[in-house]
Amino acid sequence: MAKISMKVNGRDVSGEVEGRTLLVQFLRDQLGLTGTHVGCDTSQCGACTVQVDGKQVKSCTMFAAEAEGAEVSTIEGEAAQDGTLSAIQAAFQEHHGLQCGFCTPGMVMAAKSLLEVNPKPTEAEVRHHLEGNICRCTGYHNIVKAIMAASGQDVGAIAAE
Amino acid sequence: MPKDHGIGASNKRREDIRFLTGTGNYTDDINIHGQAYVYFLRSDVAHGKINSIDTAAAAAMPGVVRIFTGADFEGIGGLPCGWQVTDKHGEPMKEPPHPVLAQGKVRHVGDPIAAVVADSLDQARDAAEAIELDIEELPAVVDMKAAVQEGSALVHDDIGTNLCYDWGFVEENKGAVEEAFSKAAHVTTLELRNNRLVANPMEPRVAVGDFNRASGDSTLYTTSQNPHVIRLLMGAFVLGIPEHKLRVVAPDVGGGFGTKIFHYAEEAFCTFAAKQLNRAVKWTSSRSEAFMSDAHGRDHVTKIQLALDADNNFTALRTETYANMGAYLSTFAPSVPTWLHGTLMAGNYKTPLIYVNVKAVFTNTVPVDAYRGAGRPEATFQLERVIDKAARELGVDPVELRRQNFITEFPYATPVAVEYDTGDYHATMDKLVEIADFAGFEARRKDSEAKGKLRGLGVNCYIEACGIAPSNLVGQLGARAGLYESATVRVNATGGVVVMTGSHSHGQGHETSFPQVISEMIGIPEDQVEIVHGDTARSPMGMGTYGSRSLAVGGSAMVRAAEKIINKAKKIAAHLMEASEGDIELKDGAFSVAGTDKSVAWGEVCLAAYVPHNYPLEDIEPGLEETAFYDPSNFTYPSGAYCCEVEVDPETGKVTIESFAATDDFGNIVNPMIVDGQVHGGIGQGIGQALLENCAYDENGQLLSASYMDYAMPRASDVPFYKVDHSCQTPCTHNPLGVKGCGEAGAIGSPPAVVNAVIDALHSGGHKVEHIDMPVSPSRVWAAMNG
Ligand code: FES
Ligand code: FES
Repeated sequence: MAKISMKVNGRDVSGEVEGRTLLVQFLRDQLGLTGTHVGCDTSQCGACTVQVDGKQVKSCTMFAAEAEGAEVSTIEGEAAQDGTLSAIQAAFQEHHGLQCGFCTPGMVMAAKSLLEVNPKPTEAEVRHHLEGNICRCTGYHNIVKAIMAASGQDVGAIAAE
Repeated sequence: MPKDHGIGASNKRREDIRFLTGTGNYTDDINIHGQAYVYFLRSDVAHGKINSIDTAAAAAMPGVVRIFTGADFEGIGGLPCGWQVTDKHGEPMKEPPHPVLAQGKVRHVGDPIAAVVADSLDQARDAAEAIELDIEELPAVVDMKAAVQEGSALVHDDIGTNLCYDWGFVEENKGAVEEAFSKAAHVTTLELRNNRLVANPMEPRVAVGDFNRASGDSTLYTTSQNPHVIRLLMGAFVLGIPEHKLRVVAPDVGGGFGTKIFHYAEEAFCTFAAKQLNRAVKWTSSRSEAFMSDAHGRDHVTKIQLALDADNNFTALRTETYANMGAYLSTFAPSVPTWLHGTLMAGNYKTPLIYVNVKAVFTNTVPVDAYRGAGRPEATFQLERVIDKAARELGVDPVELRRQNFITEFPYATPVAVEYDTGDYHATMDKLVEIADFAGFEARRKDSEAKGKLRGLGVNCYIEACGIAPSNLVGQLGARAGLYESATVRVNATGGVVVMTGSHSHGQGHETSFPQVISEMIGIPEDQVEIVHGDTARSPMGMGTYGSRSLAVGGSAMVRAAEKIINKAKKIAAHLMEASEGDIELKDGAFSVAGTDKSVAWGEVCLAAYVPHNYPLEDIEPGLEETAFYDPSNFTYPSGAYCCEVEVDPETGKVTIESFAATDDFGNIVNPMIVDGQVHGGIGQGIGQALLENCAYDENGQLLSASYMDYAMPRASDVPFYKVDHSCQTPCTHNPLGVKGCGEAGAIGSPPAVVNAVIDALHSGGHKVEHIDMPVSPSRVWAAMNG
């Protein structure tokens, strides 16, 4: 067991972990941040997507100990203190970009990372960026639309709702 | 102007707030103080005799609480099957036992052999590795046709055959069908496989069993589409716990698609072990485990033949299918290739004579059961493929051939035992021609050809039977359950409404759409209506969500309960206004007396019901809470027409979906935004089936596609934006909302359009390819072109 400390959603946290403890396990089991989900065991689905030091990371592919001293952002940190949704979250609701909600935290975090580096992505760029995030419910239509809308683009012309 | 509330409004979903902020409550988010964890040791061979299981060393490992094996479940019920099919000789299907943990034999890769309960999951897993197994491997039964040959190895020795049933439908029509074929001007034959799929909701299954020694109550938290069904099956048939001592909770569930209908061994195990150990026991499936323990879907091998007369009218249809049951009968497995498949073989067409034969076969593979559409996609695929093939053989336009044979008069009794209440198949086809821009296709084909690509356009129609189902009818067909739905509408003293429904939302958005119906009926804002579901302790006995039944059946129960509420409230209002009950009108949340300016608000009437000082106590009881059970009188029959355009790269065989258009007739629609989303998701899964997904076994019964590395899930870049249209509406005539259900249509209607488009593209390039089995992968396309 090793002691680790990091900043999660702006708060200093620490805990004891085994070497094999994954970052997602630390977030879910020790910090109770259950918004980050686990959908696979082969790093394919992206349900566990978070940011570590500003970079998009699948938290199932990183040991908790590797995040020592890092700044981690999870879905729980996305809305404002008063509950106001971020632009991406609001666009997902507005455009029905989620159904069961299981992939959603990962999708929102992946979208955030995309828009930080590419503020006005094309449809193809959005789809390409979501390569590592699987959604079984939406057929991706409204997810892509929501992300483009969140980037301030007019999505009114996109295929009829 | 689109409506901004009530029925027909695209209300934004209230459940989104918790899902978007990471505050949903999925089963794996539930942890009970002091819980132990279970790890299942599963068979790594497809078929074997268990000689011995030595758990002594493992039991001594750190943190191990107890190790269970099949021996611990002797005398305890197996997992029951909920549907009995009678074969063509009038004999009941073969129904071998399905133990919670393997007894004597293992019958598929993934069959649970031992369950290790420990203080942590890692400890449980470590200990499982120390269990010594002596399993004598037996020849595996994998191929269905070989499985029913004389001399095949047997999945279940006791029943002496791998044939579960041989079903003929309608057996009495067989002779007439044969005769029609002998007189046909043209017969088109197609052999195909409907590929085995894994439903893959993104949330893996989870079960948490809990036990309260003081009260003797058991609780199971589980990822289920129908908690009441699980309580009944597990309580009554497996563990012998009466309903009042057993609570089943299915909280937020991350997608189901059918695979979370069934009662699974892990649920029974966790409930059982929690009681034995007096300690909560939690199981969370890994994705790899899901591939070998979630019920799979489809897996039919079919030969279909269509007979036509000299004028291209369909005169008869016959089809012979081998349907894979896997190693055990999952909860509803026998119904899928029979009553959910044979009854749909008429499709949208007035074919007068139909005969369907289905041989259900046991193999050493994971059990197969309902997956989104369940039987109806298999029916639609073969029918719409054989029609396309017939059109090509006859040199006629595939759309015109369909139109010529459309059913146009309703109600229409098919030769396969169902009666369509309403539909307008020309209308959805007309709309499809428009939104898919058929007129511009030749120009688009030229553009593709200029880029060196082949372009194809594929069309199909579909009909489905959903709103499942009339209890007396399904009882005759072998169902061991009723398929009504329930709702309790509780009006609080200050006017707020809580609806407790037996339906369950695992992505469908009931918390948003159901209040729209109440709002429309009573005239109060949606935010005064709350929906409670997913907990047997909080809602009346209900059958849950599958078969596109929530609104058609569960919504109807809610309407019936709300009608009772309104009738009672009118009596109270009449008393308060000293008017006659017959003159009371309810509009916009207020009761008024016709022809006067007297009125009382909804809230005043509700308060009077709970503070009955001025109240007709001699005539009616206080309070305002009503329950209704709604049993539908027929299935509902959504229908539609779908169109896919593909490009095929002749160099590589790669298929890309260039566009996809869908027109559906769902009858009345409560929330158009949600309905569109359901269709999008279904199309995504249908494209997945057509192009990408395949659950494969090798000849030894080893599962080759057991992770997302090997099982190709559709990704965002595999699909386009879809065009969907729901403006063609012929309301259902037999439920109070006139709704038909929309959950499965997309998955039913989309695979044939994709394959028809690929075949069309290949023909445009001079490749006379008649069929390619799904998934239409680059290697299969390339082989077909060059073969
Ligand atoms: S859980 Fe991390 S990629 Fe699937
Ligand atoms: S919304 Fe269910 S998996 Fe994406």
